[in-house]
Amino acid sequence: MTELWSLFLDAALAENMPLSLFLGLCTFLALSRRPETALGLGIAVTAVMAVTVPLNQLLYTALLAPGAWAWAGMPDLDLSYLSLIAFIGVIAATVQLLEMTLDRFFPAIHAAFGVFLPLLTVQCAILAGSLFMVERQFTLAESAVYGLGSGAGFALAVTMLGAVRSRLAYADLPDGLRGLGIAFVLAGLMSLGFASFTLMAAP
Amino acid sequence: MPARPSLWTTLTAPLLRENPVTLQILGICSALAVTTSLATALTMAASLTVVLTLAAGLISVIRHHIPDTIRLIVQIVIIASLVIVIDQVLQAWFFEISQALSVFVGLITTNCLVLGRTEAYARHNPPLPSMVDALGNALGYSLILVIIGALRELFGKGELMGLAVLPLADQGGWFTPLSLMLLAPSAFFLLGGLVWAIRTLRPEQAETPEHAPMGRGEPAE
Repeated sequence: MTELWSLFLDAALAENMPLSLFLGLCTFLALSRRPETALGLGIAVTAVMAVTVPLNQLLYTALLAPGAWAWAGMPDLDLSYLSLIAFIGVIAATVQLLEMTLDRFFPAIHAAFGVFLPLLTVQCAILAGSLFMVERQFTLAESAVYGLGSGAGFALAVTMLGAVRSRLAYADLPDGLRGLGIAFVLAGLMSLGFASFTLMAAP
Repeated sequence: MPARPSLWTTLTAPLLRENPVTLQILGICSALAVTTSLATALTMAASLTVVLTLAAGLISVIRHHIPDTIRLIVQIVIIASLVIVIDQVLQAWFFEISQALSVFVGLITTNCLVLGRTEAYARHNPPLPSMVDALGNALGYSLILVIIGALRELFGKGELMGLAVLPLADQGGWFTPLSLMLLAPSAFFLLGGLVWAIRTLRPEQAETPEHAPMGRGEPAE
């Protein structure tokens, strides 16, 4: 249990997706002008990651890993090069299902952040979660916790950036720095802060 | 039908004037993650250029046959297949660099730049202009990657492409490496500075303020 908890904290803080690994930055910067939209995006990312990472783990161990077809008499078969295309298929399907479910049962939530949902198919953080899961050989429980943790870390970071940026809308910045430029500087400062979590995690 | 811009304009416009990274915020993830050294930045830039150009060409060739409702899935499958090929090639011939890039080659699949160009341009244009446009955008992206990669490697380690350029202090030279340059925050700062520099040179790219400040002149008192 302790290990799972520390994996969660590691994924959410020390290895924060946008700020220390530079993943999912496109949506991170494009949709963080207001804290409300940022929070919506964060929740959507968390939901999709918590579902897709364990799902892809099952898919990988059952069908794609080297030797997964040993029961069918093909122990040498290695389909792992197909994992990229399989993972993106699972993610696209999950996003579509999530959108349809929300539309049917929670129309209010769907209206609130429905626009971001199709975009999540091409969110690098979500695909990276599944690829890291393969690289680090997580079990099913670990990958569920990892997906939830990195999603939560993304939500935390994007909401904080949204809050700071909406406050800075009133600041008198140099023309060239306004908007994207200052967002990068802010992300850099936040990244410095999150880097200190790495030191805290060390014993 | 409006006159089509010449191929040369299509190729050169994305380099500085409409750079995909600094103006349109596309493809930033990989632009920052792989730029700790010039060699990885160059490999990444080359892989992206190949994938983007081929994907734009392929999608443009079959653009009349893709049903609108499933076009995203078709495009992603085409891109993912190309990325798998590149990944296998890198693993076969450039194993060390492919280890250093880790999952980021796979992440070209979800690089917003690739899908952005195929969705915005290749879907409506014949193959040749689409490929030229894709090549131009890929070169604009590569330019940013190489600038940031070179700066980070030069000031972080005093090297370029693994060769010592600035003599290090602990080997009798004068240069003390800035290890911050190799960490995540410096990439954000560098790209922020680059955006600032480009937008100062080309003021028409600056974003309009959301709230006009009141009374910009002398303070009232």
